[in-house]
Amino acid sequence: MTPRLELHNISKRYPGVVANDDISLSIMPGEIHAVLGENGAGKSTLMKIIYGAAQADSGEIYCDGKLIEDHNPAVSRALGIEMVYQHFALFESVSVVENIALSVSGFDLAGLARRITELSLRYGMPIDPHRSVHDLSVGERQRVEIVRCLLQAPKLLILDEPTSVLTPQAVLKLFETLRQLASEGCSILYISHKLEEVQQLCDSATVLRNGRVTGTAGPKETTALELARMMVGAKLPEMHVDPSVRSAQPVLQVRGLSAPAADQYGTDLQEISFDVHGGEIVGLAGVSGNGQAELVSLLSGERLHHKAEAIRIDGQPVGRLDPAWRRRLGMAFVPEERLGRGAVPPQSLWENTVLTTHRRGLVRKGLVDRAKAMASASGIIDRFKVKANGPQSSAQSLSGGNLQKYIVGREIALEPKLLLVSQPTWGVDVGAAAFIRQTLVDLSRAGAAVLIVSEELDELFEICDRLLVICRGRVSGPLVRRETDREEVGLLMTRAGNGAANGQDETKLQG
Amino acid sequence: MELFVAIFTGTIVAATPLILAALGELVVEKAGVLNLGIEGMMLIGAAFAFWAVFSGLPMPVAILIGALAGAAASLLFGVLALSFLTNQYAAGLALAIFGSGVSAFIGRGFGSTPIEALRRVHIPVLSDVPVLGPLFFRYDPLVYLALLMFVLITLFLYRTKGGLILRTIGESPETSHAIGYPVVRIRYLAVLFGGLMAGLAGAYLSVAYTPLWVENMTAGKGWISLALVVFATWRPLRVLIGAWLFGGMTILQLQGQALGLAVPSELLSALPYLATIVVLVIISQNRQMLALHFPASLAKPFRPPS
Amino acid sequence: MGRMKLSFRVEQRPEPSALMRIAAPVIATVLTLVVGSVLFAVLGYNPLTTLAAFFVAPLDSVNGLSEWLLKASPLVLIACGLAVGFRANVWNIGAEGQFTMGAIAACGVGLFYPNPDSLLLLPLMFLAGAGAGMAWAAIPAFLRARMNTNEILVTLMLTYVATLFLSWLVHGPWRDPQGFNYPQTALLPPTAMFEPFDYSYRLNPSIFITVIAVLGMWIFTDRSFLGYKMSVSGAAPLAARYAGFRQSAAVWTGLLAGGAAAGIAGMAELAGPLGQLSPQVSPGYGFAAIIVAFIGRLNAFGIVLGGLLMSLLFLGGEAVQMNLGLPAALTRIFQGILLFFLLAADFFIFYRLRRLPEHG
Repeated sequence: MTPRLELHNISKRYPGVVANDDISLSIMPGEIHAVLGENGAGKSTLMKIIYGAAQADSGEIYCDGKLIEDHNPAVSRALGIEMVYQHFALFESVSVVENIALSVSGFDLAGLARRITELSLRYGMPIDPHRSVHDLSVGERQRVEIVRCLLQAPKLLILDEPTSVLTPQAVLKLFETLRQLASEGCSILYISHKLEEVQQLCDSATVLRNGRVTGTAGPKETTALELARMMVGAKLPEMHVDPSVRSAQPVLQVRGLSAPAADQYGTDLQEISFDVHGGEIVGLAGVSGNGQAELVSLLSGERLHHKAEAIRIDGQPVGRLDPAWRRRLGMAFVPEERLGRGAVPPQSLWENTVLTTHRRGLVRKGLVDRAKAMASASGIIDRFKVKANGPQSSAQSLSGGNLQKYIVGREIALEPKLLLVSQPTWGVDVGAAAFIRQTLVDLSRAGAAVLIVSEELDELFEICDRLLVICRGRVSGPLVRRETDREEVGLLMTRAGNGAANGQDETKLQG
Repeated sequence: MELFVAIFTGTIVAATPLILAALGELVVEKAGVLNLGIEGMMLIGAAFAFWAVFSGLPMPVAILIGALAGAAASLLFGVLALSFLTNQYAAGLALAIFGSGVSAFIGRGFGSTPIEALRRVHIPVLSDVPVLGPLFFRYDPLVYLALLMFVLITLFLYRTKGGLILRTIGESPETSHAIGYPVVRIRYLAVLFGGLMAGLAGAYLSVAYTPLWVENMTAGKGWISLALVVFATWRPLRVLIGAWLFGGMTILQLQGQALGLAVPSELLSALPYLATIVVLVIISQNRQMLALHFPASLAKPFRPPS
Repeated sequence: MGRMKLSFRVEQRPEPSALMRIAAPVIATVLTLVVGSVLFAVLGYNPLTTLAAFFVAPLDSVNGLSEWLLKASPLVLIACGLAVGFRANVWNIGAEGQFTMGAIAACGVGLFYPNPDSLLLLPLMFLAGAGAGMAWAAIPAFLRARMNTNEILVTLMLTYVATLFLSWLVHGPWRDPQGFNYPQTALLPPTAMFEPFDYSYRLNPSIFITVIAVLGMWIFTDRSFLGYKMSVSGAAPLAARYAGFRQSAAVWTGLLAGGAAAGIAGMAELAGPLGQLSPQVSPGYGFAAIIVAFIGRLNAFGIVLGGLLMSLLFLGGEAVQMNLGLPAALTRIFQGILLFFLLAADFFIFYRLRRLPEHG
């Protein structure tokens, strides 16, 4: 039988990195094939090359035995290759059917809407074609993406980290759909860094590390340990999580915090209350888009709240204080977006150090003390092992993981009483992620209060003392990590608190 | 009654260049590009069209030349903003300055010779109906063209796939690129269309509205068109309404001067500019409404990832 | 067989090129000269002699040098003020109006101050000019900071209003009764004027104001914390909010700096070469200064060079108009072309061309 897709010796380099180095793989019709690798292993680049959204520097791609020339996404679609991006390729301002119309020929919206309804029901993931995308939850958006691909009757479906936005229960539902598709002859290329899922779903796996293939395996016959070794290579550093000693008084206290969404695409926050004490790490779990962004910006002071007492730091009401004031009270903050929010992209690292460290002697008589800022930046680079050409290199020249280490380092160097961290290891390679997590643990054990907002349940279970779950703008009561499990958290991720509204939530358990 | 007819028809005519230029800019901004150089493109269109009539070319050809000159000028902006990823504010300002220079250069030989203005239509029967005739059926062809363009642009933006593609590029060029649309090429087309419309608006000023060459004869109409797009919160019908409001303001101001009102003529002349500010302030209060139709990628440079 | 095909790819540089930062304006200037030569040739003039007449002859005398600095001074001064705002993405393009208001206010003080012999006259005019420019810029600042209104359009509309206001004054209440009905005010008393260094030339001590402004701007943008905060606001507004730098502070600082600089420039123009108000107080300094700010890449010393270049374009334009009969509008065309090339050349600071492997 001719393979559905074959890659021969694909290589791709970007300035400063080799993203893909001599990669070959082959997928048969109806096969579910995993591309497994840590963040930064080159998976996403490879998928873009297969789909034609990026061009390989060298190597060949064959589809059904025929060489693909002059590759681009349109060619892929003509060949029956479809891709569901990790970050959805959907437009917020138009409806589901209009979004889908953009990737099919013709412009018969009524007919298309009927086909969408029919197809989405057949694969057990109903969507209303006339709803505006900005009203949809993340899970619903993923359905739109998948239905968009299915309309093309694809021969090969590429999914890039599809479960990172789903609850554990929704993941099972997705797998059913994918198995149904594969049984109908569609090949599936499944990109992930989660071993468990790959073992559950996939027939075969290609493992990538640092842009190279480090092994191919039948995941069901291979042990998780072997797969992990192929993926990570060297032995991982062990985490040291000492028992926490909680301070008597909470450092961060949130009481009855409600706020309308900042814009039309946001989530309203409703009556949120929780505490974070010194010496502990509290994790906020939840599917993205459930109010995390709103809550974080209210806690950081980027958005102010009319009720000062709704948020207290060390007992002081801070709801109406801007970020500069809250930092004076001992808060530090690592935001989700590194470039453009946590750091100014074109500015050097020393200038980016001034951004939040200026209060610690870097400014004298209104002038910036460059020498001190340089020294401070160099200190962060050394202490947190940031790979950069010294304090003069621009923030945008650093890789995502290194910039994250720098920002985490900069905020920790402030010796905060309270550290807010959003998605601490998102897109960071495995070594750096372990390092960042250990740093956060150490900070909390030294007495600081740490609040981590993350979509990675594994991460939260690894380092948090207590867990909160956010869903549709409500936050559940605290769970002690040792007394809970993924099942319970997963359920809360779909309905915040017991008995909270769960109406039409698509992410609720199906059947 | 006569005064009403004069004000009504004057308003329609005065609004025409604003409608043309602002609708063109609307299309450009819907694609996520901000071209501040309307004033320059209008001036270039005005100068070239006037030159064509002055040189004895037939009127339709002259108007076409004006429009094409505007499009050619917009290409300068397009290359800078779309290919060279220049700050769009700076590129637009450069075009505005350049356009005023080029038009003055071309216009240096025109002196103060008037040309024969674009003739008004005469539709048998209809144009002769009392009151209704002069109110609706005795304008020059470009007035009707402007209204036709309004209909066509509205249909294009909201009823065709092309319009959908354009609007979604304005929201997120990255996503459009990801699903396979040639973002830069489409933005070039939008910019060229905007230039064409601005050129047409300029041509209207110099060959129909005031068929006499005056340096910098646009007198801020390009900038007002830009304000109209904001005023309209990026919706075509509101562009039309806004243009009529401003056209009406201009005419009332002229009528006021003609009637010899006891206020300085400069104050009356300043009214359209002051009104623009007031309207902008009012519109800016409703952030929700501004955000609803706002092209999210406006003025942000985009380069397809390699 | 094997037709050679050269293909290039544009790619982002890992770090902005320091070499191109310096080379880009030079390349742009050279390209402008090339295009200018072609333009002259097309118009039927010898490109070399015309270029010489345009760029060399104006500087060939002490008077020429004096005029060069005299015209560069307001351009540099205004551009410094504007650049403070531009660095923070605050787009004041109404300096022309702020310049006009500055000149008007200074003239009001100069004409109507009860004691025309007072030594305080000139300093008072300076304050009036600065204050009027700032007041005119405070309107868009307030509207942007408090009412969320686009400052580009407001500053521009206010320029038209300022011009009309000036026109009303000189045609009406302030018209010189002894002025043979010309639309202009009476001449300022000598104490209200800057005394030239030498009465044969027009250059006067107001140029020191510009020198101080350049130094101030350099310290502000390159060394001060406030300047740092503003550059963060411009480069990454979300990062500014993250750090707790107020957007409204950047808006106010940016617009007031531009307004003050333009108002002072208007006062200096009035108290220097003009001596009285007429409907035309500015030969387009307010708009040209925007170009100067960009040519100087929003950097104090770059702006000095940009201002000298732009001033030379003004002088050269006048020179070829008088000596060769070339149209005055050429100056603005040159300004436009120069700005186009400069903006385009800056692309290569951040990107480079790379030759791709050849395909047969």
